[in-house]
Amino acid sequence: MPSLPPIRPEDEAAAARDTRPTGAFDAVADFEPGILFNILLRLGDDSLILGQRLSEWTGHAPSVEVDLSLANMALDLVGQATFFLDAAGKTEGGGRDGDKLAFHRDVLDFTNCMLVEQPNGDFAQTMARQFLFSTWQKLLFERLVSSSDPTISAVAEKAVKEVTYHQELSAEWVIRLGDGTEESRRRMERGLDWMWRFVPELFEMDEVADAALRCGLFTDLTTLRPEYDRIVHAVLAEATLAVPADQRPILGGRRGHHSEHLGHLLCTMQFLPRTYPDAVW
Amino acid sequence: MGVSTSLDTNGVWDVLAEVLDPEVPVVSVIELGIVRSVTDEAVIITPTYTGCPATRAIERDIRAALDAAGYRHVRIETILSPAWTTDWITAEGRAKLHAYGIAPPVPRGAAVACPQCGSTDTAEISRFGSTACKALWRCSACLEPFDLFKCH
Repeated sequence: MPSLPPIRPEDEAAAARDTRPTGAFDAVADFEPGILFNILLRLGDDSLILGQRLSEWTGHAPSVEVDLSLANMALDLVGQATFFLDAAGKTEGGGRDGDKLAFHRDVLDFTNCMLVEQPNGDFAQTMARQFLFSTWQKLLFERLVSSSDPTISAVAEKAVKEVTYHQELSAEWVIRLGDGTEESRRRMERGLDWMWRFVPELFEMDEVADAALRCGLFTDLTTLRPEYDRIVHAVLAEATLAVPADQRPILGGRRGHHSEHLGHLLCTMQFLPRTYPDAVW
Repeated sequence: MGVSTSLDTNGVWDVLAEVLDPEVPVVSVIELGIVRSVTDEAVIITPTYTGCPATRAIERDIRAALDAAGYRHVRIETILSPAWTTDWITAEGRAKLHAYGIAPPVPRGAAVACPQCGSTDTAEISRFGSTACKALWRCSACLEPFDLFKCH
């Protein structure tokens, strides 16, 4: 399996020391006045990038029913992203809206988790990613319903119903492929193995998340882990699959460190609005 | 649904009753439960799904209908909370969905009756159908596929 470039401990340390006022590490540098902005950006970027990934399947899925499912999930996620990023732009007060944030930021300014930017691979890999993400997103949104920010709370309340569908659908496919043929099982095992190293990042707390937690905007991600593990382990058991072995976790998406895949995704997603900046429907 | 006594808001409600959902052009935005309240200054609506592409079309249609009826001063506001639920679809709305060939929402796990022949010998083909709000089902009695408005 192709492997991602490792992030060395000294790279992480250098990134943490970096306090440049502009550029790739804005999110770290200005977190104090912009806690809400940064949290909205993280939530919006997760949904946006996964929505874009899923939409790559449109017209290519194994069957028309699956095609519809993937496109509908993409639509839900892009809808969430629109609300989060529009609110981020409003909070920032600089005149940027959701479109501006989605289409006119460079790769190092994206703060999505690395799981969502991973390539679709085959259908099993896509479902492995979806299951690991949607299970987390559902638990997160259930908590964020009580966020002190009215936008976060309202979007979470609305979206948790949709994410429940995503979680159920992807869990069913993990079971069906894992407990399927020799071939489908091999592919699901490989898909889970690829995605597993990006799971720890979902539960990582940093300065931004801690500050947001203190003012009631956010939740303590580490406390979601036991329930997450319980759900994931139960589904994998039903799929007759082993829980993948823990690998060295890959962290950094929230600080703008990304795998090479995100830049390629953005090239496609941002091409049109960047080429024709004033284009409208 | 908001209760209004003023003549003006009654007029706005009358206008809204004529604005149909673009995806299901037999039910009005009121019957669908997306109009949450009407005041002298504003119509408050809520989207069905966060990413529903019809939301913009609905807002545009409401705007056009209000303008045409002389309610240019009435704003349209979108709220997300409380989140829309299929429980807000009115009894008339449910009957119209059924007549249009879309099974109205039922609690999950409850029997789904085919809108063509009425048989409950039905099965889900795909949880996601032609739009975010519908699932694709088929009837094992009359063999027709049909849309089920998902309970949400």
